[in-house]
Amino acid sequence: MSEHLLEVKDLSVSFATEDGTVRAVDDVSFGLERGKVLGIVGESGSGKSVTAMTLMGLTRGVNARFSGEILYKGTDLLKVSDNDLQSYRGQELGMIFQDPMTSLNPVYRIGEQIVEAIQAHEKVGKAEARARTIELLHQVGIPNPESRVDDFPHQFSGGMRQRAMIAMALSCNPAILIADEPTTALDVTIQAQIVELISRLKDEFQSSVIFITHDLGVIAEIADEILVMYAGRVVEQGTKRDIFYEPQMPYTWGLLGSIPRLDRPRADRLHTIKGMPPSLINPPEGCKFRPRCPHAFEKCAEEPALESRVEDPGHLDRCWLTVDYKRSHRDETISPGTEAA
Amino acid sequence: MGAFVLRRTVGMVLVLIAVSFITYLIFIKIPGGDPAARLAGRTATPANIESIRIKLGLNHSFIVQWFDMVKSLLSGTLISYYNGGTNVVGQIEQGLPATFSLCLGAGVIWLFFGILVGTISAAAAGRFSDRAITALALIGISLPVAWLGLVLLYLFADGGLTSAFAYGGYYPITQNPWEWATHLILPWITLAVLFIGFYGRVLRSNILDTINEDFVRTAKAKGLSPRRIMVKHVLRASLIPIVTLFGLDFAAVLGGGAIITETVYSLQGVGFYAYQSIQAQDLPALMGVTLYGAAFIVVFSVIVDVAYAYLDPRIRLA
Repeated sequence: MSEHLLEVKDLSVSFATEDGTVRAVDDVSFGLERGKVLGIVGESGSGKSVTAMTLMGLTRGVNARFSGEILYKGTDLLKVSDNDLQSYRGQELGMIFQDPMTSLNPVYRIGEQIVEAIQAHEKVGKAEARARTIELLHQVGIPNPESRVDDFPHQFSGGMRQRAMIAMALSCNPAILIADEPTTALDVTIQAQIVELISRLKDEFQSSVIFITHDLGVIAEIADEILVMYAGRVVEQGTKRDIFYEPQMPYTWGLLGSIPRLDRPRADRLHTIKGMPPSLINPPEGCKFRPRCPHAFEKCAEEPALESRVEDPGHLDRCWLTVDYKRSHRDETISPGTEAA
Repeated sequence: MGAFVLRRTVGMVLVLIAVSFITYLIFIKIPGGDPAARLAGRTATPANIESIRIKLGLNHSFIVQWFDMVKSLLSGTLISYYNGGTNVVGQIEQGLPATFSLCLGAGVIWLFFGILVGTISAAAAGRFSDRAITALALIGISLPVAWLGLVLLYLFADGGLTSAFAYGGYYPITQNPWEWATHLILPWITLAVLFIGFYGRVLRSNILDTINEDFVRTAKAKGLSPRRIMVKHVLRASLIPIVTLFGLDFAAVLGGGAIITETVYSLQGVGFYAYQSIQAQDLPALMGVTLYGAAFIVVFSVIVDVAYAYLDPRIRLA
């Protein structure tokens, strides 16, 4: 295994609330190599955003408890002081968020907000920072960046705002770009453009990317490795190939089955995963997906470990079903109606 | 912008016409409101009353009476019923230095401390200092101005416990700025305390709302310092509603609204004049101070709108 730029080990995050302790992230481990794209997939409430925000220290607060390690270039980011963390944010790790409508400050010009990010980390003059901002806006595909740099966020469309957010996140050339559902609030055509843009810029800026989404279809193109999260835990982990062609976890099948496909006969209705994600205050005993899993059996009352159950040692999952059973049953969920053909 | 100014100017004139009309209507129609009967005194004969009525022009129709009064007010010739018939506009002009001095000083104090208190208490939300400030702010809001004024006079004014400051009255700034300030410091504090508590509470809750906004998270993710995030991103957005409050409160005090403070400290300002005219049911004087106060309110509401558009670029003046 090559040297990891970022190594997350046994990360757990919990929040004390009035109703009890919410275990938002539970024992999550992964590594990120230089120049690679890691996709984190799961439903709302699966802990993917909390994981990402914790990398940036954005979940710190009086009610938050952390354990484990987040090793970035050998430094444990969980132990870095709030003060020192400022020099990591923006400069080492850049982040873009789900809703570009609300993520930019409405009362400052786009350019001012990017200049501010540059000047937070580098001792450069206003004019130079502005010139770099215009260049960044050009790189993310904003037309007429020389004049648009002085626009306010409300003068930009949603897709343009997300492009501006990307420009801001990349302004100090971070080693890692964290994209937290960057396409969720956008139209489908814009989604594809943004994914394409991130994919191109990560090469130009030589950044690694952590791409968080609930839609496996979105990261099918750009992810190298994929982490499937459920109820705060990693339930399946492997390369993109592993996840798309050899998925082991019935939850992953459900996610795959809920991608609309044009290359298959049209189903009467799109597949859904029945039920709701479990409460993170009182999660179910055993496998967390058991209450919603159509394939559950007695053994599922005991929680399966995250380990490799197939020939490939890098492909991990948490499911007791035998590999043969999975291979013969998963297509019912992933592409219903085609197994007969 | 041109259309905005024109539209708002027309609106202002209409509001002032309405205010003057309603004031006149209320005054004439209240029971015992007939100025001629009151002026004539207890032992007046109907002939006396009638002659006063003709002298004051009250024998004309209601609309004509109202119109005549507004016209003479605007031309600066309106004469008070009492005080030997002093000129209303002249009386208001005499009160301006005291009222403006009171208002400007108090406004600076309450805005500065209101923002300070609100920011500190939001930054320490939930902690002891926040609770202590909240308790103090509530006390400040609840203190009756008249009571606070008297207590301050007793504690700090000449002839009181410490004699640290002058006992009320207005001292012109043109003669001696130091005397001016020491005469006004107690009234400033008295008037500001209420507003400081109120503004602090409003700002605290605005800040706590803004802190959870996505753009504040973005600012954190950029690696900005907490101070810069607070001042540049949180405070800027949280201050917008404060601007409205301040504009209207400031206008009300400038317009003679600090009646109690001016009376307690015998500052012979516009508020004090208003208090006297209400007591005497002096219709011309009341019309004068009402329109004077209303003019400040409408002008400042336009200023507030312009300030809004400046603070929030999404708002267009149209």
